[in-house]
Amino acid sequence: MADLSTIFAGIKSPNPFWLASAPPTDKEYNVRRAFEAGWGGVVWKTLGLEGPPVVNVNGPRYGAIWGADRRLLGLNNIELITDRPLEVNLQEIKSVKRDYKDRALVISLMVPCDEESWKEILHQIEDTEADGVELNFGCPHGMAERGMGSAVGQVPEYIEMVTRWVKQHSRMPCIVKLTPNIADIRKPAEAAKRGGADAVSLINTINSITSVNLDDFSPEPMIDGKGTHGGYCGPAVKPISLNMVAEIARNQETKDLPISGIGGITTWRDAAEFMSLGAGNVQVCTAAMTYGFKIVEEMISGLSDYLDKKSMSSTHALIGRAVPNVTDWQFLNLNYTTKAHIDQTACIGCGRCFAACEDTSHQAITMSDNRVFTVNDDECVACNLCVNVCPVQNCITMLELPIGTTDTRTNKKVAPYANWTEHPNNPSTKAAE
Amino acid sequence: MIVTNNSPMTPGVVAHRLPETVYAVNFRDSAPKLAPHEALVAADRCYFCHDAPCITACPTDIDIPLFIRQIATGTPMAAAKTILEQNILGGMCARVCPTEQLCEQSCVRELAEGKPVDIGRLQRFATDTLMEAGKHPFSRAVTTGKTVAVVGAGPAGLACAHRLAMKGHDVVIYDAHVKAGGLNEFGIATYKTTDDFAEREVEWLMKIGGISLRLGQKLGLDVTLADLQNRHDAVFLGMGLAGVNGLGLAGEDLAGVRDAVDFISDLRQSANKSGISIGRDVVVIGGGMTAIDAAVQAKLLGALNVTIVYRRSQADMSASQYEQSHAAGLGVNIIHNATPLELQGEGSVNSVRFAYTVHGAKGLEHTVDHFTLAADQVLKAIGQTLLGAPAELRLKNGKIETIGSGLTHVAGLWAGGDCTFGGDDLTVTAVAQGRDAAENIHSNLMA
Repeated sequence: MADLSTIFAGIKSPNPFWLASAPPTDKEYNVRRAFEAGWGGVVWKTLGLEGPPVVNVNGPRYGAIWGADRRLLGLNNIELITDRPLEVNLQEIKSVKRDYKDRALVISLMVPCDEESWKEILHQIEDTEADGVELNFGCPHGMAERGMGSAVGQVPEYIEMVTRWVKQHSRMPCIVKLTPNIADIRKPAEAAKRGGADAVSLINTINSITSVNLDDFSPEPMIDGKGTHGGYCGPAVKPISLNMVAEIARNQETKDLPISGIGGITTWRDAAEFMSLGAGNVQVCTAAMTYGFKIVEEMISGLSDYLDKKSMSSTHALIGRAVPNVTDWQFLNLNYTTKAHIDQTACIGCGRCFAACEDTSHQAITMSDNRVFTVNDDECVACNLCVNVCPVQNCITMLELPIGTTDTRTNKKVAPYANWTEHPNNPSTKAAE
Repeated sequence: MIVTNNSPMTPGVVAHRLPETVYAVNFRDSAPKLAPHEALVAADRCYFCHDAPCITACPTDIDIPLFIRQIATGTPMAAAKTILEQNILGGMCARVCPTEQLCEQSCVRELAEGKPVDIGRLQRFATDTLMEAGKHPFSRAVTTGKTVAVVGAGPAGLACAHRLAMKGHDVVIYDAHVKAGGLNEFGIATYKTTDDFAEREVEWLMKIGGISLRLGQKLGLDVTLADLQNRHDAVFLGMGLAGVNGLGLAGEDLAGVRDAVDFISDLRQSANKSGISIGRDVVVIGGGMTAIDAAVQAKLLGALNVTIVYRRSQADMSASQYEQSHAAGLGVNIIHNATPLELQGEGSVNSVRFAYTVHGAKGLEHTVDHFTLAADQVLKAIGQTLLGAPAELRLKNGKIETIGSGLTHVAGLWAGGDCTFGGDDLTVTAVAQGRDAAENIHSNLMA
């Protein structure tokens, strides 16, 4: 059995599965049940300053999009930080941590952008025995208009400044949570590092309108005839997050900065993908909100099985394993040649590959009178669209042409590795001559 | 190849009614393992319900949503472990459980669309995947030095033995038969468990270690309860029901009249199905799974007319609706509310006379409406009884009474499965009882 335990930014947890700061971690009742269900850690729902708590809308706060069979693919929310009094949260955090010393308990924080406010809140959480803090520089709605959340996260200088305050006024490990609502994720990560952050976590939610009510002409979720953008999360945002995690993991400036991966993680496989791209652990929210705390059981058994199958004795062997293989387009091997191949025994004859290829790609699939679909290698550019639209897994696969064989589309022999930087069509190659 | 002129029309009880090649088709796996693509599509339909009704409906409390999610995420071995942790005979139960009355009946998809998640076949996909890989996912705890005797190598006994072995106890299973498996080996229709699955499952289960098997040991004959109590720290009785109910009617001893359980057992143990003799006009008396299994297989062997006659209404039949439909689909005729009066014939049976029944003040009453069915073979499937229960045990309705977790009124003696009162004659229930008794035995031995 592989060792699933992790030490992330100095914080120990029995497995890499943490619940992200969000509604599931808003109170003691939930967090205790989450720990009982097996979650390795929890980032407590964001706390604000002492005083009257924020208020939430009293109408719907979530909107969603669905795939086939009403599978929830994307969720957006307009909920704010915790709307419960600070002292109640602090008491509860202390009480939970006392009983679950082996689990990670991190407190998410969001206070106004001045040193006194940060100093004050850090002082107040000091004796909760929490393992660390996460700075919420991510939420894109409600708090951002008040100069917090993503309003900070979108300005690297602010990130650096606040992170530095936090490191000055607290000995706790500090995780900086990043917003994806920016152009280049590397900049805020670099800023966090300069400020002394022990880790970053990403992504927070993405600005979104999930749907429009076509009778009342209002974005959903609709509050008395009006809607506002919310924060988008769930399986739909995973690819965006994977890219951002990879960008930070392979960036020279930030490559040693621990990353907590967040964004649509639903199964063990999602978690393994994030970890292979450099995430030291993962945080989950939408999956728990869709299926309940119990899903962590599948994540634990699946990751454990996978590590065993790959003869990896611990998560260390997985973390960052795919990072060296994330490269820039210009370094991809332009001589690597594959052709689509349709397994006729697996084919159910739907013709989606044909429609996709014939109408929108390279006319490289033929259809016979009796609905047999065949790839024409002379036209196939190996775009992979047929693979992606085929409803049967592994029915269409890409077969690699060995070096030295002739690609009948180009009538050229497949040559060894060569990339764009050395390609004759590249103007800059010629310029260098 | 044997060439005969026999056909379904041939009168009498004869073998080789069908062309030789048809038998392999008729007795092949009726619901084979799902292909990987089928399994993914089926698994995708599970909603991962909270406190899922399917788990509540499963006598062994298998975490069904979890194992289905594990299949959906490409980890069928983990799925199998989830199943087997609760039900070590999950492979057989995937084949024989009346899922349409248990987990699948309670599936919320059944309510929503009238089409439940295919839980039984997904379970088989997972357990078959694990067993094909030759893996046994459990290991024994440190040896305790305690030994337990288990009487009966059927579902209850095997489940009990495996759990006890896991806990570190040494287990000796005593069984009267020449093969282990109990009803899994001798009592289930051939097409439900092909390729010696029951035998292979026992072999696989024994890989846990610490279990030895003594076959041909009948309780009360070859070994006594007192012997077992002297030799072992605890005894579990899971010997099933060895006796068969008789009709108590004239003509019952005519040739051509036999117990359905023997017929089913002969079929299971025969490598050559074409050599099994079957009547042209077969009458099966009873309304349970045994009646259906016998009738369906009579049809598959080439009987021309097969009729099940059951004394109560269709709603009272213990055979599931799915099983009844399966039989009807093969051409088995099912007559309800009729009871046999007399088996007729000279030397061999040739017909059975029945009376229709009604529910009267004194229970089931015969009417004056009679009818006769031609029958050159009659298979009796009207229930089994407990034989050879040790005298010191307290019985209830002819079965061993237990007082929770399989404990009997005798200290150090547990029981479970069909031989105990209160079960529902299902493999899965027997497994649950064997497992739970093992847990109770363990806590007693370690106290």
